[in-house]
Amino acid sequence: MSNLVEIRDLHFSYGDRPILSNLSMDFPRGKLIAVMGGSGSGKTTVLRLIGGQIRPQRGAVTVNGENVHQLDTEGLYRLRRKMGMLFQFGALFTDLTVFENVAFPLREHTDLPEELLRDLVLMRLNAVGLRNAAQLKPSEISGGMARRVALARAIALDPRLIMYDEPFAGLDPISMGVTANLIRNLNDTLGSTSILVSHDVNETFSIADYVYFLSQGKIVAAGTPEEMRRSSDPYVKQFVNAEPDGPVPFHYPGKSLAEDLGLGGKR
Amino acid sequence: MIKRLLSAIGGGVIDMFARIGLVTRSFGGLLAKSPGALRRPSLISEQIHFIGNYSLLIITVSGLFVGMVLALQGYYTLSQFGADEKLGQLVALSLLRELGPVVTALLFAGRAGTSLTAEIGLMKAGEQLTAMEMMAVNPIQRVLAPRFWAGLIAMPVLATVFSAIGVIGGYLVGVQLIGVDAGAFWSQMQGNIDVRRDILNGVLKSFVFGVAVTFTALFQGYEAQPTPEGVSRATTRTVVIASLMVLGLDFVMTALMFNK
Repeated sequence: MSNLVEIRDLHFSYGDRPILSNLSMDFPRGKLIAVMGGSGSGKTTVLRLIGGQIRPQRGAVTVNGENVHQLDTEGLYRLRRKMGMLFQFGALFTDLTVFENVAFPLREHTDLPEELLRDLVLMRLNAVGLRNAAQLKPSEISGGMARRVALARAIALDPRLIMYDEPFAGLDPISMGVTANLIRNLNDTLGSTSILVSHDVNETFSIADYVYFLSQGKIVAAGTPEEMRRSSDPYVKQFVNAEPDGPVPFHYPGKSLAEDLGLGGKR
Repeated sequence: MIKRLLSAIGGGVIDMFARIGLVTRSFGGLLAKSPGALRRPSLISEQIHFIGNYSLLIITVSGLFVGMVLALQGYYTLSQFGADEKLGQLVALSLLRELGPVVTALLFAGRAGTSLTAEIGLMKAGEQLTAMEMMAVNPIQRVLAPRFWAGLIAMPVLATVFSAIGVIGGYLVGVQLIGVDAGAFWSQMQGNIDVRRDILNGVLKSFVFGVAVTFTALFQGYEAQPTPEGVSRATTRTVVIASLMVLGLDFVMTALMFNK
């Protein structure tokens, strides 16, 4: 089977508010697939559905051939041991040092001797360039460094699938470049499959193999980064070129200015 | 009008039962995950240190002052009947049966309970609990259960410390300051305090308060809205709910334990 993750006819809503409708996506093994779209387009919801954090109203998500939402808690936890997730702001445990954060999944899921565990953690930290920050607390490191520590923690158990939720949000250009390179290199070195949720066009296009564009819970475009740059789709054009107006309107929908000012105008 | 009123009452009743169901399910979940936590005593001892040791200063100082005030007030009343040698018994009984467990629980709710709620609430707001779940680690077993058991263990110990220090406070004021006979103070205490009826019932009370306060604090933190405002509200709710629960439970247990 060439796809590690498959999404079929997925429908998800919060109450009456639909978030995703009839969504189908493929995430081939070994590839770095980006899911892009504006705020509220349903990108993060896709990750949460793949991780089994929320249940869809309809449709199926399969990871490595297993339907995520038909698994019991034990089965879901077994599957999650093969997944790594990088949260938007790292989600590091603030009471633990950088070393202990990375060691956390190893301590919880393995009985490795302390010396071996130490070596493994230091190797993971070395891979993200933070071996010498091992004894610092999360409050003593920058946002970019926290993201790299979280990345080291996400890959601690050699996951087959790594999910990145807005890994570039709030980073300076240097940290952004470093993080983007790490994501690409780790994907290739570990032979894992990566799903990258982001709205940062340049960094994402520079590392992704394939891109899905989501808008209002539906795929509006999909293809390689190069195809997306050349796309004539109005939404993709507005997004890629950061245009203030287009299919995503500048004004919040509602009454026109003329109506509000009592000039009798119509929308 | 009537339809709306009925609908509001019905909605309120449904919400109340849903809330009771959620609390019961959460408590059951916590107990179900406890064996896993108990297999890792280092996690519990770490939390005993955190919530027990850090509460020790406020418990000790409060116990001392409560014991001193008890001796002052007790002497004032007892001396009117010429029964001031009973002061030791009055101070010890008041502390062991009531003030020790109750005041400790109220202080514990304010000191450790709020800290637990804020910690869990901020972990939730910072996606730390979600991150743990995504690492296939159950946060109830890894985070909540060790804190719950630590609270259960710490509370009776703290209440005992409170009562012991209170007795010393009573001695300092009653014997050293006012001049009650030291032999009468200690012998009345020794002769009229029953280990099972007074001391063990007091310990049992503090254990029950430990369950109530710690569970309330953890539940409020876990169910808090993951925003600064949500965590702040949850912390306030912890103090209010835990304090009222302690006082209500104290009445029920006192009626059951000490009725003649």
